Amino acid sequence: MFWRRAAHGRVGFRRSLPELGLLLLATLVLLEGSVLPLGAASSPETGITPGAGVSHGHADKNHSETKHKKPFPVLGLNYDSVKTPFEISLWVLLASLMKLGFHLLPRVSSIVPESCLLIVVGLLVGGGIKLIREEVPPVLDTKLFFYCLLPPIILDAGYFLPIRPFMENLGTILMFAVVGTLWNAFFVGGFLFAVCQIPHASLSHIGLLPCLLFGSIISAVDPVAVLAVFEEIHINELLHILVFGESLLNDAVTVVLYHLFEEFSEAGTVTVLDGFLGVISFLVVALGGVLVGAFYGFVAALTSRFTYHIRVIEPLFVFVYSYMAYLSAEVFHLSGIMALIACGAVMRPYVEANISHKSHTTIKYFLKMWSSVSETLIFIFLGVATVEGPHQWNWVFVTATVILCLVSRVIGVVGLTFVINKFRMVNLTTKDQFIIAYGGLRGAIAFSLGFLLDIEHFKDMREIFLTAIITVVFFTVFVQGMTIKPLVELLAVKKKQEAKRSINEEIHTQFLDHLLTGIEDICGHYGHHHWKDKLNRFNKKYVKGFLIAGERSKEPQLIAFYHKLEMKQAIQLVESGGGSKLPSAMPSTVSMQNIQPKNQPPPPKPTERALPQLTKGREEEIRKILRSNLQRTRQRLHSYNRHTLVADPDEEGFQDIILKKQKMMELDRKIKEMANYLSVPSHPKDSPTMSRARLASGRNTDFIPAQQQKGNKKSPDPQAYNIKLPAGGVPTIQVDLASPQSPDSVNLLDEIGKAEQKEDSGLMMKPPESNGPEKAGEKDGWRDQQKLTRCLSDPGPGAEDDEDEPFLP
Amino acid sequence: MGATQTRSGQEYQELAERTGFSAEQIRNLHKRFQQLSGNEDTISREHLKSIPALANNPIRKQIIEAFFDKRNQHGNELGSYEEIGFEEFLMVMSHFRPPTLRTTEEEKEAMRKEKVRFLFNMHDTDGDGKITLVEYRKVVEELLSKSGTIGQEAAKAIADAAMLEVASTNVPNMVSETAKLSRGKDCMVACCSAAVTGSCRSRAQMTSMKGLP
Repeated sequence: MFWRRAAHGRVGFRRSLPELGLLLLATLVLLEGSVLPLGAASSPETGITPGAGVSHGHADKNHSETKHKKPFPVLGLNYDSVKTPFEISLWVLLASLMKLGFHLLPRVSSIVPESCLLIVVGLLVGGGIKLIREEVPPVLDTKLFFYCLLPPIILDAGYFLPIRPFMENLGTILMFAVVGTLWNAFFVGGFLFAVCQIPHASLSHIGLLPCLLFGSIISAVDPVAVLAVFEEIHINELLHILVFGESLLNDAVTVVLYHLFEEFSEAGTVTVLDGFLGVISFLVVALGGVLVGAFYGFVAALTSRFTYHIRVIEPLFVFVYSYMAYLSAEVFHLSGIMALIACGAVMRPYVEANISHKSHTTIKYFLKMWSSVSETLIFIFLGVATVEGPHQWNWVFVTATVILCLVSRVIGVVGLTFVINKFRMVNLTTKDQFIIAYGGLRGAIAFSLGFLLDIEHFKDMREIFLTAIITVVFFTVFVQGMTIKPLVELLAVKKKQEAKRSINEEIHTQFLDHLLTGIEDICGHYGHHHWKDKLNRFNKKYVKGFLIAGERSKEPQLIAFYHKLEMKQAIQLVESGGGSKLPSAMPSTVSMQNIQPKNQPPPPKPTERALPQLTKGREEEIRKILRSNLQRTRQRLHSYNRHTLVADPDEEGFQDIILKKQKMMELDRKIKEMANYLSVPSHPKDSPTMSRARLASGRNTDFIPAQQQKGNKKSPDPQAYNIKLPAGGVPTIQVDLASPQSPDSVNLLDEIGKAEQKEDSGLMMKPPESNGPEKAGEKDGWRDQQKLTRCLSDPGPGAEDDEDEPFLP
Repeated sequence: MGATQTRSGQEYQELAERTGFSAEQIRNLHKRFQQLSGNEDTISREHLKSIPALANNPIRKQIIEAFFDKRNQHGNELGSYEEIGFEEFLMVMSHFRPPTLRTTEEEKEAMRKEKVRFLFNMHDTDGDGKITLVEYRKVVEELLSKSGTIGQEAAKAIADAAMLEVASTNVPNMVSETAKLSRGKDCMVACCSAAVTGSCRSRAQMTSMKGLP
């Protein structure tokens, strides 16, 4: 019957795209909803599957003791063996398609946050399954949730946690997380107990300890829900980190309280000693979790130091070590979430310094992907689990819970802020407080913890609790989630700054840090900055050298930041297809162009050192050449095996750009020291193409193309193109497309460096003049270079064969 | 100590009004001043240089210079002192006061501007009211000075890049620092306010200093 409904939907002509999308969505939902119970149904009996052509040959094979031979089954159906992976994949597919679907409906997704829509989808699917099959498979299995669905989200959060704002606000966050959650738990638990004593409510069987247990479950702000909702509202960094940090750190409190009250519920009484042990337990859980995480983080960072030969599995280390940290913490009943956060935060600076750019991208995308799918699945399962039940609706209990949660949150936030503001530099305003209180969303963790409750022990109460938890979750996600965005607009809360971190900011942040540390020292006060500075120095001196491979361990933060920025810009530049039109985002090169006037181009040498002043025509030529070369290198990426990745020429190109720039600066440095000159026959200005032609053909130059040296008779050497050096006043971006050749340019630069260059104010360079005696030395240099070429030839088979045709038009 | 206390009590009142510190804070800072100066009336650069903790600071020279800079005294003079008294010390320290809940919006704006001006003076070493590329380069070099090897060229490149960034986003000439720091301003102001006041409030740290009578 649902087929007919779907068909009917499609018949409607001239419906708008979103509506069609919606109908398609509904179809998909119902379709998937129908397959899953089919799967569930087919488990006990293999034969009873509707629809597809079933041959009984398979089932009958078991009875093949009978003499007559059945015909060989051409088509068989065996759903059993693939059942579990099949269903899992189906759910994941459903989740992802839902996500796709929502973005097709912009109107809806701007009003309703994604999490709400996903819960609705879950409800629909659950409803569908129930209709068809009377019984819904328990999908929100607690083990599944805690071991598969939650870790990716937390790891994503922890790995990309903005450390600086987090650390700056750590005191505030801890106050909210620990004290706030405790307050919430006791307030809600206590008052609920009072409510339960009301004679008419038929709740008198719920004792104090179960109430407190319930309070502790429901009081924790949920990171998944907070992430899901706050992602869409883009509030300023401070509020985001406060609410989000609180939701992460209150896990320790929740774990302790939960286990505490669960134990006590069974025991029945609480003593002072138990309370004291509870406090100790909290410290153990929290600090233990952090230590476990930090330990794994260090091990991961150390491992990443040695991965430069096998770059492919670098992301794996990050993921597995983090997961191990989580599981190890769970073994000892420590806070797994805190372990995960600590692991991600600790390993990140060192791992990022060690791994390749590609691995970094991989890690980022995998984490985002997994966390996104997890989040979607969690919300869908919440919906399904709601339909499933078991429920016992008790008006009094549920309304009391909802109201108490809201009230306690507000009181808690206001009270705590009052205390916190005494210690903070930048005070939290009323607006901030409102957003923090309103952003205290509950989510799936509460539900799972409720699910975990022992059925035996809490026989009557469990359903009531679950119903109440679901109601609170729904309320917060739907009502608070939907209204927070307009409220943020209404209250004109400061939004997130979209600007990226600029180098100026970095310089000034560091400057200010040092300044404030200095002032603290002058005052004789061992404050916040003093300890931070000490930690940084310790880090730089001992830890970085240990955990970061090679040269980068000595790199100061400012330079590392600058290099990262440069790399990004170089990549952008190359991707945009040309090097001549340097946008202002390329400051260092532009600076050399703009600040000092262009000088006349140096006469090209046999090594073809300088691109003369670029006119528009030449820019176009260069761009075209770059583009075509880039395309060619992409075609050249032939098979790789799983163990090594062929060095990507593009990536080498980027490194080379940066290398070139560094060499430029070295050239500056060598000014006054040089008394020798290189001999250069002066050539007229000509276009790069012409010079290349001259160069490649070997006419008028001393240059002997590498191939000829090798005895190869290919005449125009396309790889000679890259031997262009911006020794003139016009530094340009040149992409070295043939990786084996790149060391050559370095060599050449060294050669050039021997020339004298006058520098006026560091940014201008004049053409070098020639001198006889140096020519011999130069020739030596050339021979070295060619030796190098021969040693470092092709990355793979056929590289040179591809470049058979003449490079020049 | 009695007579001096009443006298200083009045002085403190005056200073409190001028700088905005509380009497308690001024007393603590005075103690520290005396400790630094060896119980004399003025501090010279050597006194500040002899603080051991400052040795690790890459911008130590600039910080010390800032104390002796006449421009930070809320006057209109230029140049620098050779030695400073407690009053000047306090004036410089007053730049690092945080706004309390009671300060109004205009006061906060004024404080912010003051703080930015302080930073500007730190960068503008020749006192001409402008920050040139050379001066900025020097700043970056100092920041990187503790890292040794890489230093010079990288510093130059970074300074160039930073200068260009500002040029591309704002007014071309660097007269007003506020333009340059517009993006980082919030972070700066927050940091500024975070500085010394913690120490001024807590008596405990002051008494824990060595050699205090």
